[in-house]
Amino acid sequence: MNKLTSRIDKERLLLGVAAPLLAVVAALVVTTLVILATGKNPGDAFSDMVTYGFASDSQVYILNKATTYYLAGVAVAIGFRMNLFNIGVDGQYRLAAFIAAVLGGALTVPGWIAIPLIILCAMATGALWAAIAGILKVTRGVSEVIATIMLNSIATAVIAYLLQPGKLGQLDQAGTLVSTKPLPSSSYFFSFDAGPAGELWGFIVIAVLVGVAYWFVLGRTRFGFDLRTVGQSETAAAASGVGVKKMVATSMIISGAVAGLIGMPTLLNDSHQFSNDFPAGIGFTGIAIALLGRNHPIGIALGALLWGFLERTTNHLEFQGYDKEILGVIQGVIVLCVVIAYEVVRRYGLKRQQQRVGAELAAQAAAPTKKQEVA
Amino acid sequence: MRRVAKLSAACIASAALALTATACGSTSSDNDSGSPASGDGKGVKVGIAFDVGGRGDRSFNDSAARGADKAKKEFGGDIKELTAKTSDTEADREQRLSDLADAGYNPIVGVGYAYAASMTKVAAKYPKTTFGIVDSVVNGKNVDSITFTEEQGSYLAGVAAALKTKTKHVGFIGGVDVPLIKKFEAGYVQGVKDTDPKIKIDTQYLSHGSDTSGFASPDKGKEAAQGMLDNGADVIYSAAGSSGNGAIEAVAGKKGAWAIGVDSDQYGIPGLAKYKNSILTSVVKNVDVGVYDLVKSVHDGKPLTGTNTYSLAKDGVSLSTSGGFIDDIKAKLDAAQKKIVDGSIKVKTTP
Repeated sequence: MNKLTSRIDKERLLLGVAAPLLAVVAALVVTTLVILATGKNPGDAFSDMVTYGFASDSQVYILNKATTYYLAGVAVAIGFRMNLFNIGVDGQYRLAAFIAAVLGGALTVPGWIAIPLIILCAMATGALWAAIAGILKVTRGVSEVIATIMLNSIATAVIAYLLQPGKLGQLDQAGTLVSTKPLPSSSYFFSFDAGPAGELWGFIVIAVLVGVAYWFVLGRTRFGFDLRTVGQSETAAAASGVGVKKMVATSMIISGAVAGLIGMPTLLNDSHQFSNDFPAGIGFTGIAIALLGRNHPIGIALGALLWGFLERTTNHLEFQGYDKEILGVIQGVIVLCVVIAYEVVRRYGLKRQQQRVGAELAAQAAAPTKKQEVA
Repeated sequence: MRRVAKLSAACIASAALALTATACGSTSSDNDSGSPASGDGKGVKVGIAFDVGGRGDRSFNDSAARGADKAKKEFGGDIKELTAKTSDTEADREQRLSDLADAGYNPIVGVGYAYAASMTKVAAKYPKTTFGIVDSVVNGKNVDSITFTEEQGSYLAGVAAALKTKTKHVGFIGGVDVPLIKKFEAGYVQGVKDTDPKIKIDTQYLSHGSDTSGFASPDKGKEAAQGMLDNGADVIYSAAGSSGNGAIEAVAGKKGAWAIGVDSDQYGIPGLAKYKNSILTSVVKNVDVGVYDLVKSVHDGKPLTGTNTYSLAKDGVSLSTSGGFIDDIKAKLDAAQKKIVDGSIKVKTTP
């Protein structure tokens, strides 16, 4: 036990916890001020958020939402670790979910074959879509930010073109909603029955596995080391024999493959079809969550849970008569505070380190002079 | 060793998560001390779940709000409004409807087809509450499906356009190429062609699929209308939410050209007063009538259920006559209307 605690650098741990704590406290203060400014009582709002947010059905909702958000956060984080800004996660997951839904609707094989096929198809689609941006970057030097933004729009257009009655879509009874052919019930993903609280999506298991894989590959393999090295300095990586271009393309493809998973909890556990009201914009939520979690597998999980909690509770705040825009304000403020807090804490840590090193050097410098005096 | 420490941390974290999911036994509806339906016994308690945009969009959502407002004025009571976000999932829509049902609102109106799937689930869970859905059909004993025959109103608009065009060239601008807007296009095109098959029709959609910006981009509407005008069209019908305002503005800039409005009687909208002399007519979709009927039926204790189609015959859709610009062709429009009502003209719902 002693051995274990001695290895943990207390100061580093303290600083690590200080940053998110500082951010959340700062966000709370700003939110309080905003609610006060709208003439409402912030105390009531917070207590409502806590009682409502910790009810059992809210917890199920939050975990289900967090499953999707976690995958989005990881997809973005893979790019971030590499210094790549994959804004295209949004288009990648929508196109992937669409193609996977079309495949799933057409398959007539048993579920244990169909489900893995659907998931693999989604990952492959996401990877291919992201690969376009990756290849453009390494062969033509096109900024991945620009390329992926454009690819988002193209994905929207491609889906709109194909998701039409007579092509790959079908109209509902009222003639207003167009969707892909629904998955057969054998292709539904398993879920945990939580009684009156609802159903916990089984896809949470996959999300946890993705988190473990992310942690392992980045932290424990040669590939992960190369990836982080390229992220920190391309020239240094190239000098030590890492193929930078290959790494850029590969990490973009992996990011896209994980992005392909984002739509899967919704598709396999909930909607069972892709229709024109399939949730959009989760790729951008993923950016905020990756920032919040500092690209750390557990940090992203906490960020995703926080996001789910905020959505659940602020939806209810609207019901209680608070302005619905409060949610946007809180989310924005938290992200901003996190970015600022991390920077503040990082600088403080750097300063402390410099002081300590300085003190040690001074002590070293002082020591020999003493010896000389004795001599 | 380090790996073990990290792994165990991950395990503890996930175990804690699993625990929190099961720890608290009570659901949010148990916690709610909300009063049951018509708790104070006075007036109506209407819950409205709006589509993206919500109250104040000058168009679709506003029309539903008008219906509820009218009911509130007549019967007293209160209205609770919640609004959709673009990132909504089924879970959010279900939460919105369940929250309203838990708090005892009755009836609960889902404005827009996006609520169809969630309402199917929630309505089954709250059999004593009456639900209403606009623009879609939900099967359930306690659900009133409020649908409109947009294609019939648009057909009449097509007839009017065909009779008014001098260049034998008209245009249609759709907000987003969703099936609902295609109903407008189908009816309009059929109306034009039935009146004069030689007329040329330009069709343009402002955005596609899940990109719903076409319903809220007056600049795009203006540009599209300008393009059609330059191309020689002189009557332009836009079914595009607030983007239509831009189209009307462009049309007003050309002498002798006409715009056809949608959803509300746009001649009477204060924001468009400057251009009202270019607004030939509007295809009015009386969402407010549907919502009001539902609220009234619940208030009277005889809730409406099943599919209620607000057709041309029932005044669910109509052509507005403000401004008197279509008075000269009234006879022909009435004849067309009569044929649709008696069924001798069948209007298509897909182009």
